[in-house]
Amino acid sequence: MDILLQQIINGLVQGSVYALVALGYTMVYGILGLINFAHGEVVMVGAMVALAVSGMLLAAGLPPLLVLLLALLVAMAVCMALGYAIERIAYRPLRNAPRLAPLITAIGVSIVLQNLAMIFWGREYHAFPQLLPGASHGFGGAIINDVQIIIIAVALLMMAGLLVLVHRTRLGRAMRAVAENPSAAALMGVDINTVISVTFMIGSALAAVAGLMVSANYGIVHYYMGFLLGLKAFTAAVLGGIGNLRGAMLGGVLLGLIESLGAGYIGDLSGGFFGSNYQDVFAFFALIAVLVFRPSGLLGERVAERA
Amino acid sequence: MPYKHLPLAILFAAVLAACGKSGTPAANSSAPAATGATSDELVVKIGASAPLTGPQAHIGKDNENGTRMAIEDANTKGIMIGGKKARFELLSEDDQTDPKAATIVAQKLVDAKVNGIIGHLNSGTTIPASRIYSDNGIPQISPSATAVAYTAQGFKTAFRVMANDGQQGKVLGEFAAKSLNARKIAVIDDRTAYGQGLADEFVKSAQANGAQIVTHEYTTDKAVDFAAVLTAIKGKKPDLVFFGGMDPQGAPMLKQLRSLAMDVKFMMGDGGYTPKLIENAGAAAEGAYASLPGVPLEQMPGGKDFSQRYQAKFNQPIQLYAPYCYDAVNVMIAAMQKAGSAEPAKYLSELAKTEYDGVTAKITFDEKGDLKGGAITMYQVQKGKWMPLQTLGGSAPAAK
Amino acid sequence: MNLKHKPLLAALAIALLLLPFATDAMLGRGWVRIADFALLYIMLALGLNIVVGYAGLLDLGYVAFFAVGAYNYALLSSPQFGLHWPFWVVLPLGALLACCFGVLLGAPTLKLRGDYLAIVTLGFGEIIRIFLNNLNAPVNITNGPQGISMIDPIRAGEFSMGGEHQLFGLAFPATHLHYYLFLLFTLLVIFVSRRLEGSRIGRAWMAIREDEVAAEAMGLNTRNIKLLAFAMGATFGGLSGGLFAGFQGFVSPESFSLMESIMILCMVVLGGMGNIGGVILGGVLLVLLPEALRNGAGPMQQALFGKTLVDPESLRMLMFGLALIAVMLLRPAGLWPSTQRRRELSPDEMISHQEQDTVYDNSK
Repeated sequence: MDILLQQIINGLVQGSVYALVALGYTMVYGILGLINFAHGEVVMVGAMVALAVSGMLLAAGLPPLLVLLLALLVAMAVCMALGYAIERIAYRPLRNAPRLAPLITAIGVSIVLQNLAMIFWGREYHAFPQLLPGASHGFGGAIINDVQIIIIAVALLMMAGLLVLVHRTRLGRAMRAVAENPSAAALMGVDINTVISVTFMIGSALAAVAGLMVSANYGIVHYYMGFLLGLKAFTAAVLGGIGNLRGAMLGGVLLGLIESLGAGYIGDLSGGFFGSNYQDVFAFFALIAVLVFRPSGLLGERVAERA
Repeated sequence: MPYKHLPLAILFAAVLAACGKSGTPAANSSAPAATGATSDELVVKIGASAPLTGPQAHIGKDNENGTRMAIEDANTKGIMIGGKKARFELLSEDDQTDPKAATIVAQKLVDAKVNGIIGHLNSGTTIPASRIYSDNGIPQISPSATAVAYTAQGFKTAFRVMANDGQQGKVLGEFAAKSLNARKIAVIDDRTAYGQGLADEFVKSAQANGAQIVTHEYTTDKAVDFAAVLTAIKGKKPDLVFFGGMDPQGAPMLKQLRSLAMDVKFMMGDGGYTPKLIENAGAAAEGAYASLPGVPLEQMPGGKDFSQRYQAKFNQPIQLYAPYCYDAVNVMIAAMQKAGSAEPAKYLSELAKTEYDGVTAKITFDEKGDLKGGAITMYQVQKGKWMPLQTLGGSAPAAK
Repeated sequence: MNLKHKPLLAALAIALLLLPFATDAMLGRGWVRIADFALLYIMLALGLNIVVGYAGLLDLGYVAFFAVGAYNYALLSSPQFGLHWPFWVVLPLGALLACCFGVLLGAPTLKLRGDYLAIVTLGFGEIIRIFLNNLNAPVNITNGPQGISMIDPIRAGEFSMGGEHQLFGLAFPATHLHYYLFLLFTLLVIFVSRRLEGSRIGRAWMAIREDEVAAEAMGLNTRNIKLLAFAMGATFGGLSGGLFAGFQGFVSPESFSLMESIMILCMVVLGGMGNIGGVILGGVLLVLLPEALRNGAGPMQQALFGKTLVDPESLRMLMFGLALIAVMLLRPAGLWPSTQRRRELSPDEMISHQEQDTVYDNSK
């Protein structure tokens, strides 16, 4: 029983990590209908910047929590600038282009960021300093530590914050208007370009937070870390219904749970024929099953049959 | 169909190809271009290939560094081959851990008329490339490919200065079951050719020595979260966890193992024996075991000197296989000296007869091209440092 | 085909025939090998073009069919099971098997649109790769991550393509022989693509691409037509995979990663979706570019800055990424878009606005 509980906790933590990244994906998608494939790399840049800053500040002898805060702020600032630049350079000129064109530039941006990071920060895996308290808590035979609790909390807070932003503020209304119909929104006096830029910057700031939390949890940073994370987060976002903020959270947590329970019990369920090596197969089958019955994800709205 | 653009396209392709041409010879050579070559100087080109981009780039670069150092040493020493002063050049190519790119790189190195190859890093690239080297009769020494299949293909040109999975897995299994007295063992592998090959051999050997494998779990070489498989293992209550994989996964795995309050022994193969494992796992690395083929560098003649010079030259400690690359180059040069020629066809037979005291071990090859004897040293992290425990298997090395 | 193109086509044919010898003499045999891979990728890109370019279905797992073809060849003609079937049995079988997998993928995804389809196909590609990577236990089928080595070369009777042959007084090494074989198959794939494009089926695919609801209202059986697109595309992938296995002599799951699918998609989009010439151009460029940069990056730095500032190999992929972005920015519809698409896109403001709306419409 304590093993099952532990697997659920593992799934929640892993799922919250996915959700953190998926929120950024879904934010941009909700407004633009564009899969920002470079989002995973922005997360990586956030982690790398946070690592560099905290390395410098720790050397200067500042207390860890202050270092964490400063590192987070710098990482967010850098990522926001980066997000703005990516949108301006790689996506905006293609707004009227065929649908797949921005997908290719997104892949290009992703390759460029990865290799730039490799040149700047080297090919090694870097250890991320422990800035958050790491005490473990026993909990019905299972164990959870402070960093993990913080990750779950941050993911929930971020989702709540974004919901408020999108549904309760002027900016949010502008965002929804742009998402609904950009031309009509422009006629109503919404500055589309600004709204989209701001959306990208918010998404990128979220990526910085995610990058920091991920590296704080696993204690390791590498220029290649963004790819797989981005992929899983994208899967999570689609599972929940891409473009829907609650869906990103739900999809992330579900994917995390499916993975951890899959890895933990798939062997027993299949009589030892399949093992944890089929964890991703299990996750993808779950995704396909969901999409067959709900083609727009769990919380996604039904895609209108375009006429 | 509009064909009017086709000539344009062909032209574009031709320009691209021409742009490629400009750099083909001596790309990346460590010595100045062949301007100063005199008639009594013999230019010997050593090809090297490892992933220099992608997730394993840090280890690939380490390989290149080791090879480069051996070549620069040889040039300063002034090696004579067949009465001529030899000047060695390094041609290093990135194989991206991609089997397809590896064969392209192999063909390119063959085109550049290299006299021998040091590479590749992974079994998945070494095996397809070895066919091309074999077809062209160019000797290849892999510093780090461990898959048994590499030398089992029957190619006369294929050698390695690293123990293969069979040799290493056997020693690891014995050590776990006998020396550490582990009864219930859990195994994780990363589903790469290296991790899976080593883990399977480990399992065979551990079982043969009376240990029970309680569970075999899996991860990938890109994963960072192992909580789920570790929790599953925790339920089986093993007294040792063996991980077939590399340090980027090993470090976070160790951390997560300890944060799940699992007080078990943890063991890896040569992929774990790196300074990075300790750096990235921190206190969690304490007590972890790993193996490395050969004898501890400090105990070998020239070993300590090598590691100090490496640190000074590249401003970082040896990552993993640099000493094996260093040995591989020297083994090749020694064979050339003996044969009095750098012609692949002429020195190949000498290479097969190699007896060389390297910085990693005394190197001799068996009839397949595998390292004979294959002594393997077990290490443990003690007070934040890898400390040698004992050297097992193989003929007693020539440690002085 | 128009008569006035005849001299041009003849010149092109001669150029293609002489290419391996010319390349070998000027650039080295490595480039002949690259040309071989370029042909394999052209076949793949043309196959994906049917799914993405004609039928407008975004497929991010296309490499799975390549893998099916390659493993089919590897299992049936290697020491793995001790089977050594001739290639004229194995190759069509691989294509057929891939075709079945195409239908298998198509069936559950018929209702999905756009990005939902993309993620499911991506998942399908990963599932195939994971199975290939893990089916070494409890029963060893694929030999797992170790891959299958010692695969038989493609051969007919005594004539094996694995070695050098003397023909017409000329020496034909393995790379050259494979070039001609691949060229033959590429021409076949081009021929089939062209015939499909103009056929009823081709027009049905394009109708679905432009507007699925309208196509269905016109009485098209969209389900069967979509399945056919997946099946046809997969067949080309399986064919190319079989040739790849025979050429390399070794297959392992590493060759069939998600990145490969993405690269093939880049070829199609960058070259010009839906246009055979454009897709070929995209395939050639994306295979040649990274290789050209491999040798170009170092010397270029030398020329620009007088010294090597950054490792050339780090710069190579960086420049590749930049090139992807630059090409798409300069030519959003691809380097060589199909005339039909171009007519739809550029001159009419209304249509470009409609296109714009589709970009945003996906969120709903």
